[in-house]
Amino acid sequence: MKNAKTGPLLYGFLVAVLAASIFPLYYSFIVASKDNSVLGEKVPPLVPGGNLVENITRVFDTVDFWLAMQNSFIVASSVAISNVVLGTLAGFAFARLRFKGRDSLFLVVLGTAMVPTQLGVIPLYMLMSDLDWYGTLQAVIVPVLIGSFAVFWMRQACEETVPFELIEAARVDGCSVLRTFWHVGFPAVRPQAAVLGMFTFMTAWNDFFWPLIVLDPNDSPTVQVALSTLASGYYTDYSLMLAGASIAVLPVIALFVLLSRQIVGGIMQGAVKG
Amino acid sequence: MTVTRPETEAAPAVSVSPSKEPKRFRLSNWDAKYTPYLIIAPFFVVFGIFGLYPLIYTAWVSLHDWQLIDGDQGFIGLDNYVKLFGDANFWNALFNTLSLFVLSTVPQLLAALGLAALLDRGLRGSAFWRAGVLLPNVISVAAVALVFAQFFGRDFGIVNFLLGFVGIDPIDWRAETWASHLAVSTMVMWRWTGYNALLYLAAMQSVPKDMYESATLDGAGRWRMFWSITVPSIRPTILFTVVTSTIGGLQLFAEPALFDPAFATSNSTGGSDRQFQTLVLYMYEKGFRLFDAGYAATVAWMLFLVVLVVAVINFTLTRRIAGKG
Repeated sequence: MKNAKTGPLLYGFLVAVLAASIFPLYYSFIVASKDNSVLGEKVPPLVPGGNLVENITRVFDTVDFWLAMQNSFIVASSVAISNVVLGTLAGFAFARLRFKGRDSLFLVVLGTAMVPTQLGVIPLYMLMSDLDWYGTLQAVIVPVLIGSFAVFWMRQACEETVPFELIEAARVDGCSVLRTFWHVGFPAVRPQAAVLGMFTFMTAWNDFFWPLIVLDPNDSPTVQVALSTLASGYYTDYSLMLAGASIAVLPVIALFVLLSRQIVGGIMQGAVKG
Repeated sequence: MTVTRPETEAAPAVSVSPSKEPKRFRLSNWDAKYTPYLIIAPFFVVFGIFGLYPLIYTAWVSLHDWQLIDGDQGFIGLDNYVKLFGDANFWNALFNTLSLFVLSTVPQLLAALGLAALLDRGLRGSAFWRAGVLLPNVISVAAVALVFAQFFGRDFGIVNFLLGFVGIDPIDWRAETWASHLAVSTMVMWRWTGYNALLYLAAMQSVPKDMYESATLDGAGRWRMFWSITVPSIRPTILFTVVTSTIGGLQLFAEPALFDPAFATSNSTGGSDRQFQTLVLYMYEKGFRLFDAGYAATVAWMLFLVVLVVAVINFTLTRRIAGKG
């Protein structure tokens, strides 16, 4: 549908929406660059100040933010790699292999996405302390080694890009299932697997609830857990908090800028077919 | 010759018994049959151990006096549930959960619908606008909560500053129940509106264009076409977002948790007087601050039922409303 007259108005409105999307990020950067006392002034600041480096230094002095970044990086990368490997294998099986009960098993996978597993944290915590995993990174990694989203996403990718004929040919030539996957399936879906990896990395990087419970905030925090510690000083120090928040969102924003087209495309494709 | 006979017998693979097949063929047969199960197994194992089992076991824990550190102190039947029904904090958290859910989800999905309709109008640079509306969704909820905590500050927050222009006195966003619910809902809306708009947009783009053309010939206006063609056509997607937003919206945790500056330091959560304590926050408080695992499991299991009931109600309602026309 097109309507030439509403054009400027429409674009004006979208610019406003975009501004609302970006403003909180911009503002946290502004506050992060100010002396905390400036925030007590009547008019909220809208231009950056000169205290950014100082505030960031204070973040690293207040909590072990290096350790937190390192932990988040380990967690997010492991979760991303494992979801890509296991998700691609499972997606390949659901899309291109014949086996009994395939379609109903896939429906089960989709159904699990609706299960509010967050409500099981009490026994999950007990399980982790039985395993002696409290405060260790595997406690946050292992439960999300493979998620339904990865299986769904890679099945979609395989359906679209892996040609049936090539698989049949490889099988006739005596290739095993895994070799067929490795030589025919995986090369075809590499781009989608990369997007899944980045997307999973972001999700794991942002996770808050479970890391807060099972990690020791003083000993083995992730970035998000460290952020909640920053917020708990004797008085509310917004420059400090938002300097931390600015660093914490940086890797994710960088990935998003690089991959926004693919992520948007992926979300929209999933919406129509799912 | 003598060797030809056994060879011709072995050739048609179907008629041969398994034991006489060449070894390699047997292996590949096993491979084709069972490898698929092996490679989908990790998902089911992980989900079973770390998702389904804890959720179900929660019901069992709720029937016990169970301390997080000291362990099981014995079966007590429905005692925890009896206590829960007489617990004013539970009803308060239930009210907050439902209120926050309605305040954040209903305007959010309507706004997403409107935004999707705008994005569907053949824009220039569509990729740019789409990325722009999705951006809030990739920002961590902890970071979002910290920024919005500043926005909604009583003395120096930007929201009160702006309200001052239209002559509204500063609002103490954390002290008042309704004010705090509005503030927390704003965070949720900020993060999720664009995401849902993209889902709607995708569905709108697959509506056949000739439906609109014939409606235009019949003299239907844009507003009418939106409600009688677009909305019914994207009904499955609307239902999907309603159900997922219900499941997510009833389990709010990080937004209300970090909206309270005393979250990390005090035992009670969700405001000085629990003004914005949700059920997940209450479960967290009982389980991981006061170590009463049995009672926390009871809260969790009740919330599970609430999620189930509300999801079914919303699904039915939406199907009816969106299906008209």
